[in-house]
Amino acid sequence: MTSVPPRRIVVVGASAAGLTAAETLRRAGYDGSLTLVGGEPHPPYDRPPLSKQVLTGAWEPERVHLRRPADLDALALDLRLGVPAAALAPATRTVTLADGTSLTYDGLIIATGVRPRRLPECDTPGVHVLRELGDALALRERLTAGGRLVVVGAGFLGAEVAAAARTLGATVTLVEPAPVPLAHAVGQQVGAHLAQVHRDHGVDLRTGTKVAGITTGAGRATGVLLSDGSTIPADDVLIAVGSEPNTEWLEDSGLRLADGVVCDRYSAAAPGIYAAGDVARWHNPLFGTDMRVEHRTNAAEQGMAAARNLLAPEQAKPFAPVPSFWSDQYDLRIQAFGHLRDHDEARVVDGDPADGGFLVAYRRGTALTGALAVGMPPRVLRPWRAALAAGTDWTRALDGPPEADQT
Amino acid sequence: MRVEVDQPKCVASGQCVLVAPQVFDQDDEGIVQLLDATPGPELDEDVRESAAICPAAAIRLVEA
Repeated sequence: MTSVPPRRIVVVGASAAGLTAAETLRRAGYDGSLTLVGGEPHPPYDRPPLSKQVLTGAWEPERVHLRRPADLDALALDLRLGVPAAALAPATRTVTLADGTSLTYDGLIIATGVRPRRLPECDTPGVHVLRELGDALALRERLTAGGRLVVVGAGFLGAEVAAAARTLGATVTLVEPAPVPLAHAVGQQVGAHLAQVHRDHGVDLRTGTKVAGITTGAGRATGVLLSDGSTIPADDVLIAVGSEPNTEWLEDSGLRLADGVVCDRYSAAAPGIYAAGDVARWHNPLFGTDMRVEHRTNAAEQGMAAARNLLAPEQAKPFAPVPSFWSDQYDLRIQAFGHLRDHDEARVVDGDPADGGFLVAYRRGTALTGALAVGMPPRVLRPWRAALAAGTDWTRALDGPPEADQT
Repeated sequence: MRVEVDQPKCVASGQCVLVAPQVFDQDDEGIVQLLDATPGPELDEDVRESAAICPAAAIRLVEA
């Protein structure tokens, strides 16, 4: 049985995954109607610079736009910005927007991303989250020299903001409940190294420290109350305690939701419905596990995969990427490939943390599952990426430098 | 087709080098180096893929 090629495709989510999906559809020759729905009023823009160049002021906000207007025009999109999707009814193949508009489709790509996890105190003036362009501009305006910023949560976002704020001359306290920041994600060595880098740059890093609340005065945040009863005074507070997938609009859709839109190995959530980017939880056959990846590189890769599989379900290819991410903190670049979480072992295999540059390999069971470089030329990771793509086992991967034998 | 790269935007992910090694390379910092600004039509598809997959939107194609 062959399916009828779609003629009306709706992509919900106009950030990296949604835009890449739309571009891929056109590049593959799809010339039917193509609607791109974005909840934010801005044309598609890039988020990684928000906690880096936009926050420091190195870039003007316009620089984050992912495509020039002419390149967007060339896609012949029905572009619907500023109105989020509110509901999906697969039985009638209808997406309803928050303003009541109905869009019918015969192919759908869900790329609604994530939003910051909020605490009740997030509505207090002076308490920030960082996800959208407006968040970054609001925080940047406050990060003037001499200001006091407390960052709650020393994950990658919190750490990048701490670094940017120090660069601007702010007094920065970084509060983290875990004893070593990022240890669960990238291991003890890398976490401890980054902790020291922040301390060397004058960040007051408080690990093993829980936040109990925000102190306020005159209707504005005045500091952070810790669980031991002490307080850290602040002019501004950033809450960076993780994200939640934007799936509320799908609650009555019948799609399976479990910390994201649950997809199969082809990124399909249901016949004719695919998901991509931060919102998608899919089975990655390369690692033999379900994953949801909140990294920029995955947004583009999965947007492409979803678009191709939607157009040609009979020739669908499993989406089996080697995930990757990077982080810039001060003048340090961290770059990683693989699925680092839930590793059993993280071993320094090249360089030395004491010298500032090193490479860590990650093992789960008997498999090599990841590699991360801190302060090293990115090309040192290439053979490790190839070994990951080839599903190399740990012992073989550590037997001297892995062969770049990926075909 | 002409290829343009925006080196200050590049995040050194190396995705372009994986897809089109005849056209892109990385320096020691990982920043994109353009090997061929006007690649032949046989590389069209790979170059378009590189531009689409670049996580920094640092590659732009200008149609001839």
